[in-house]
Amino acid sequence: MAVPVQKTDNVTSLPGPKASAKAAEIVALPTRKSDGKGKKILDQLKGIAATTVPPLLVLGVLLLVWQIGFAQPGASLPAPSVIWAEAKDLILDPFFVMGPQDIGLGLRVLTSLERVAIGFGLAAVVGVLLGALVGQSVWATRGLDPIFQVLRTVPPLAWLPISLAAFRDANPSAIFVIFITAIWPIIINTAVGIRNIPQDYRNVAQVLRLNTFEFFFKIMVPSAAPYIFTGLRIGIGLSWLAIVAAEMLTGGVGIGFFIWDAWNSSKLSDIIVALLYIGVVGFALDRLVAAIGNLVTRGTSAS
Amino acid sequence: MPAYLKLDHLDKSFIRGGQTTEVLKDISLTIDQGEFVSIIGHSGCGKSTLLNLIAGLTQVTAGAVLLENREVNAPGPERAVVFQNHSLLPWLTVYENVKLAVEKVFSGKKSRAERHDWIMANLDLVQMGHARDKRPSEISGGMKQRVGIARALAMEPKILLLDEPFGALDALTRAHLQDSVMDIHARLKNTMIMITHDVDEAVLLSDRIVMMTNGPAARIGEVLTVDLPRPRKRLDLVSDSRYIAAREAVLRFLYERHRLVEAA
Repeated sequence: MAVPVQKTDNVTSLPGPKASAKAAEIVALPTRKSDGKGKKILDQLKGIAATTVPPLLVLGVLLLVWQIGFAQPGASLPAPSVIWAEAKDLILDPFFVMGPQDIGLGLRVLTSLERVAIGFGLAAVVGVLLGALVGQSVWATRGLDPIFQVLRTVPPLAWLPISLAAFRDANPSAIFVIFITAIWPIIINTAVGIRNIPQDYRNVAQVLRLNTFEFFFKIMVPSAAPYIFTGLRIGIGLSWLAIVAAEMLTGGVGIGFFIWDAWNSSKLSDIIVALLYIGVVGFALDRLVAAIGNLVTRGTSAS
Repeated sequence: MPAYLKLDHLDKSFIRGGQTTEVLKDISLTIDQGEFVSIIGHSGCGKSTLLNLIAGLTQVTAGAVLLENREVNAPGPERAVVFQNHSLLPWLTVYENVKLAVEKVFSGKKSRAERHDWIMANLDLVQMGHARDKRPSEISGGMKQRVGIARALAMEPKILLLDEPFGALDALTRAHLQDSVMDIHARLKNTMIMITHDVDEAVLLSDRIVMMTNGPAARIGEVLTVDLPRPRKRLDLVSDSRYIAAREAVLRFLYERHRLVEAA
């Protein structure tokens, strides 16, 4: 017993001075630390630059090629400089109101977004409920799934004539087209999510005697949330695809009709600016749903 | 006097694709209030099925489960289950997981403040009060199982059913939790039925050990009464002759008389 004790004594006492000496040598660190802080900021800037510089560079090159390619008079499409000259007001002031049909693109986008919000909102509610039914019941699956599989392949615009006939008005028809376009991925993904609820969670619910209502809100929806949000994200993308096409045909003040109107009056610059708006808004919608999804489902995937 | 819990000639068979598989055959057992009973057997012998029958998660083919002389054939919080893989809901915090059970069972009977105190009392009982705001993904396997036990206890069950509760844990954590369960059993004096395949665990915790024969059509082979005084101390028992004898009896049953033949 005595020997190991001595040994440990030796081990702890011997390197003592050495270690302190070493520590004393390294004390000159603070300056390096502040260096490290500056470096950190520099690293962060580098990180931001690494993600923003390449797309900006590519964008610049594309604009340059476009400018050179379509600069000569009589080109079929306007060059960027021409677009800037002709449609500057559309880019710089999205919210101007010059008359009932002459409003900024931002306002037009908002009108379209309102239709999408109603149509997609309805699709989300009905889609999750139907998806839950199909995911939960074998008989509902057998009865409904074949119908869903056929209907979901119908292109959005093919629904438009029939909905115009049914609603006899442009606005509800456009909303219906959004609804019917967005609902299928929501139904299908929700059903898959519900089918994948672990038996353990169902057992917990059974032992607690949760009723259908409690089971739906406390187990089903949170457990299937990652799947539901996948469906919602696909759905919002499809909605935005469909609204432009639907508005081209139904008229009104939406962004889709603006493009059709601009085409009829040969304002190609306006169309290109509108395309830019649509792209940016579609991207923002997708990111918005994804962000909400991440917020809601945090913790769900890990167990 | 009628038994607290009575398993009356239980049969269970599963029908799959027109083929009937007998899992359990003629299981009869009575369990007294406050008793700790372990059910041990080789894997695949149907011991988890037996627990599910008592919990009501699976329906009996024949026979009946009687709790205080009344038949039970559906799950309910008076027969709370501690699941093998904890089964905590990952989107809820530790506190909310227990709260889900407490809100459901005591919604009309306790005030909001009382329910909060009851949740915390149960979390403290398993020493998890400090982690109340953590999510299951942020705590260790042993801690998850503790919360699972707290959730089950919070239902104030007549019978606590434990389905291989420590199977997925390392040996040290398992020993800790076994001590916790013994402590809880001593304090609350509730009836517990535990499924296990760990001989030491069964002998250490149980008043009686129910040994199952191998399936298909598994039966109760033997019931061993563990005649050891409580409180039991793990270290003292190692050299206790009664402990060694009980352990040997279970081992002999499992590895001599009912060796699992197909297990290589």
